[in-house]
Amino acid sequence: MTRLANGGALIDRDTPVSFTFDGKQFRGVKGDTLASAMLANGVKLVNRSYKYHRPRGVVTSGPEEPNGLVNLGSGNRHEPNIRMTQIELFDGLEATSQNRYPSLRNDVGVLNAAASRLYPAGFYYKTFIHPRHAWKYLFEPMIRRIAGLGRAPTEADPDTYEHQYAFCDTLIAGGGASGLLAARRAGEAGGRVMLVEQTERLGGRLLVDDDAEIDGKPAREWVAEQVAALEAMENVTIRLRTCCSAAYDHGYALLYERRTDHTMPTGPRHRLWRVRTKQIIGATGMIERPIPFYGNDFPGVMLASAVRDYVKLWGVAPGQTTVLYTTNDDGYRTALALHEAGCKVAAILDSRADPAGLLVEQAKTAGITVHPSTGIGKTEGTKDGVTAIHTVPLGKGDDVALGEKIDCDCVAMAGGWSPVVHLYSHSGGKVMWDAGRAMYRPDPDNPPRDSSGEAYVRMVGGATGALTTQDVLTSAAGNGEGVSVHGPAEQPTASVWFTPSHGKAALGGKHFLDYQNDVTVADIRLAAREGFESVEHAKRYTTLGMATDQGKLSNINGHAILADTLGKAMPEVGTTTFRPPYTPISMGSIAGQQKGSLFKPFRQTALHEWHAEQGAEFEPVGDWRRPYRYQKGGEGRETSITREIRRVREKVGLLDASTLGKLIVRGPDAGKFLDLMYTNMMSTLKPGKCRYGLMCDDNGFLMDDGVVARLDEQTFLCHTTSGGSDRVHAWMEEWLQTEWFDLKVLTANVTEQWSQFAVAGPNARALLDRLEGDVDFAALPFMGFADGTLGGMPVRVFRISFSGELSYELATPTAFAVSLWELLLGSGDDLGVGPYGTEALHVLRAEKGFIVIGDETDGTVTPHDVGMSWAVSKKKEDFLGKRAMERPDLTRKGRKQLVGLLTEDPNFVLPDGAHALSADGTRAIGHVTSTYHSPTIKRSIAMALIEGGMDRMGEVLEIGIDRKTTVKAVIASPVFYDKDGARQNV
Amino acid sequence: MLLIQCPACGVEAEETEFAAGGEAHIVRPGPGCTDAEWASYLFDRKNPRGVHYERWRHAFGCGKWFHMARHTHTLEVFGVYAADVLDPPQEIKDRIAERTAP
Repeated sequence: MTRLANGGALIDRDTPVSFTFDGKQFRGVKGDTLASAMLANGVKLVNRSYKYHRPRGVVTSGPEEPNGLVNLGSGNRHEPNIRMTQIELFDGLEATSQNRYPSLRNDVGVLNAAASRLYPAGFYYKTFIHPRHAWKYLFEPMIRRIAGLGRAPTEADPDTYEHQYAFCDTLIAGGGASGLLAARRAGEAGGRVMLVEQTERLGGRLLVDDDAEIDGKPAREWVAEQVAALEAMENVTIRLRTCCSAAYDHGYALLYERRTDHTMPTGPRHRLWRVRTKQIIGATGMIERPIPFYGNDFPGVMLASAVRDYVKLWGVAPGQTTVLYTTNDDGYRTALALHEAGCKVAAILDSRADPAGLLVEQAKTAGITVHPSTGIGKTEGTKDGVTAIHTVPLGKGDDVALGEKIDCDCVAMAGGWSPVVHLYSHSGGKVMWDAGRAMYRPDPDNPPRDSSGEAYVRMVGGATGALTTQDVLTSAAGNGEGVSVHGPAEQPTASVWFTPSHGKAALGGKHFLDYQNDVTVADIRLAAREGFESVEHAKRYTTLGMATDQGKLSNINGHAILADTLGKAMPEVGTTTFRPPYTPISMGSIAGQQKGSLFKPFRQTALHEWHAEQGAEFEPVGDWRRPYRYQKGGEGRETSITREIRRVREKVGLLDASTLGKLIVRGPDAGKFLDLMYTNMMSTLKPGKCRYGLMCDDNGFLMDDGVVARLDEQTFLCHTTSGGSDRVHAWMEEWLQTEWFDLKVLTANVTEQWSQFAVAGPNARALLDRLEGDVDFAALPFMGFADGTLGGMPVRVFRISFSGELSYELATPTAFAVSLWELLLGSGDDLGVGPYGTEALHVLRAEKGFIVIGDETDGTVTPHDVGMSWAVSKKKEDFLGKRAMERPDLTRKGRKQLVGLLTEDPNFVLPDGAHALSADGTRAIGHVTSTYHSPTIKRSIAMALIEGGMDRMGEVLEIGIDRKTTVKAVIASPVFYDKDGARQNV
Repeated sequence: MLLIQCPACGVEAEETEFAAGGEAHIVRPGPGCTDAEWASYLFDRKNPRGVHYERWRHAFGCGKWFHMARHTHTLEVFGVYAADVLDPPQEIKDRIAERTAP
């Protein structure tokens, strides 16, 4: 056990917590993270690296952790790639290591490391090129098995997730020193303030680095005072375990709240907050950088700040004997913390020639040896962790001899600090290189801007590059009242991007930059040599910064190595783009409540329940669900559909056509407007009459069709396709509002206010005549309509037909839909009345050669192409599509035209979309648009768009079925049944 | 995600409540125009890195179309104005001149 006797601000030593790691039972205490608990149990090896399967331990103490990724939970709550440093321990927690086989300690994937000289940067691009098939069937599956992170869960997630919306004036991201002070000042100024903190605690580094006095109080006391003050303010909301994941345009922020990950789940597990705020204050602090040296990835090699976090927050010593390798004064705090906790600090290696200052003096006073101008040249260790380091003198070129060997089981790296500038960068803010402090920091002159062009993200504290408590709090106070701070002064950082090892140093062992993707200094140098000089190219070639940690630890070092190799300055090389989310967020939180039946809600007609009870098989039509057929018993599809078709051709069938779009167009200029919208003339339509109309866009291509009825002089009712009601309504409004705004016309979409049924078949009139009402069905002419009552219910009766049979369509206010439907069905058993579905409807219309928008048309088809020139007015000066239809390509000979196809074998139904071949078989000259078996004429029928088809009647075409098979079909009229239209005019 | 104010109903709402309608102030030529003029009307669109006049519709709100002057790179909104005008109002042109002055 490595739990210290004292210390540990976050833990409750008296409350033990038991958990398992790789099936083995462990104990921690309340307040531990999984990372601190494993260290307390003396276990450093927790993972295998992505590419080389090297043994790895945790490097950090926070969300930037690259190595400590585990599978959490089991069964349907299994979740991969969770950072151990963010997992708050609870009783019964189950974690397993990943990317190892058969076990973490004995992993066969380690063979990759032995062969690592064969895996340079760009390895995948250089290898596995031939034979081509092998990539898909051999190489890729093999690589995916060996490389990679955790396995995706295989069962549905039982937890719930939700989206929430919030609005505020100031959103503060980060609850450390600067976030607390900025929130205090914003709260005092009034306005709604949200303070979010990704961990479960407020205070940030002040909880650990407590050597400063603020306003005359110890740092921790000052934190407690701020928290109490904020909690007392009604206009301030504090959310813990909530990460500001992203800052988007115009003050839109995304927060990711982990509600129940630290406890047993009750209510939503994660929340995704969508926040609109006037201002974002980014108090996101800094992340310490590792130092690339030989073997800097042994378990036990950690960030200096993380080492003292474990000591002071969780009362854990990551090692018994530690070597500190630092480039700055701040690193000495780690040595002091270890010394105070009674742990041995074997040596401090400082890259600077002349370290001085209070912290350095304190370390020396404590009896710790300080080696100036010295780094780590080589590391020794086992899979369980580092065992020794060899020093190396710095500043003497690459070809140097190693110094003394120092035994240790922990190495603390203090490579300088990088401001967390992500939120500033997400929506357009620029960062600048600060050579003096060796960091990218926000450029105050190029902030993200809101819709008025004003800056809406302001960074404060460490995120601006402030390194001391004094500077951090001064920047956070902004224009508000400042605070006084007394803390140790610090000397400047010396940037060390790479520490040479022995001999031809750079080519020696591995100096890791990106732990998670196994990218080394040598990889970046190779990329530069091979011409990947742009930072974006080098990133993609080597995968630097492309792992789930997105290069939080590695990018700056990597870019510095690239700059050094190219002989350029840092700003010339530049940095890659920071993209949201800041840390990975769960797929569940992205989905929120939108899953299952809420994933894509569908529209249903008033008769939906009735259809379902009658065995309807539904199909999607636009956003609707319509009955495809009504199944009786266990009958097959063909049987139902044939029965329904024969019912309409021989008796009488009912179709729920309520999904048809119904638009009211009214006003003194309604006729004039519809003349512009439709290709045919609508203004001459008489009240009481219907006309079938076609709509084109201004390219001249068909986009919708339907029957238009003139209700009175100023009012038209326009029917649209089932999927088209919203689109056509919006289309009309667009032209009315943006082009012909001088026309006095109003529109209304009344699709759902009216239900509509087709009553079709030779017995239709007999059925309707039986019902009490005032409509004279015999006198109603084809393409006429009448208002009246039927069975005491209000109806509008249209004499129109989409089946070619005697047919009426009854529209009734939707409240009457079920009553009218049931009345119709209950009044004609002897007449053979029954429902039919959409597939029967489609066969019936195809037998008559009627087009369906979206089947016979595809956005490149004109009315002339489908043989409907009769519906294109020659008299009108203008309408949508008129000018376009005069363009050369739309008038040329040889355009695809709608024809019928009759297969040589009457029982063979062509596949939908099958291509017709040119005479020499080299080219497709058209395709099948609708194809069915017709029970009426007892053979297969099809419609097709064929080049010059209307002039090729009787020609036999070869239709391609698959690569080897063609079948013969003869071009015919697309009207297969009742060519004179006699059946509907009775 | 942009924050947009609808000039018709006054509501300020998220971009998802609106539908973008492409470049504004495109003149639809009459029936007697040349093929080239018609093709230009159908297909030629500006794609500036800078000020862009565009059409929007408050699709999930009041349903009205309107115009917006926006900077395609900084996303600054210089103003919104009615759909039934052929040119941007002077005050919007003035604001653009002021905001984009070097």
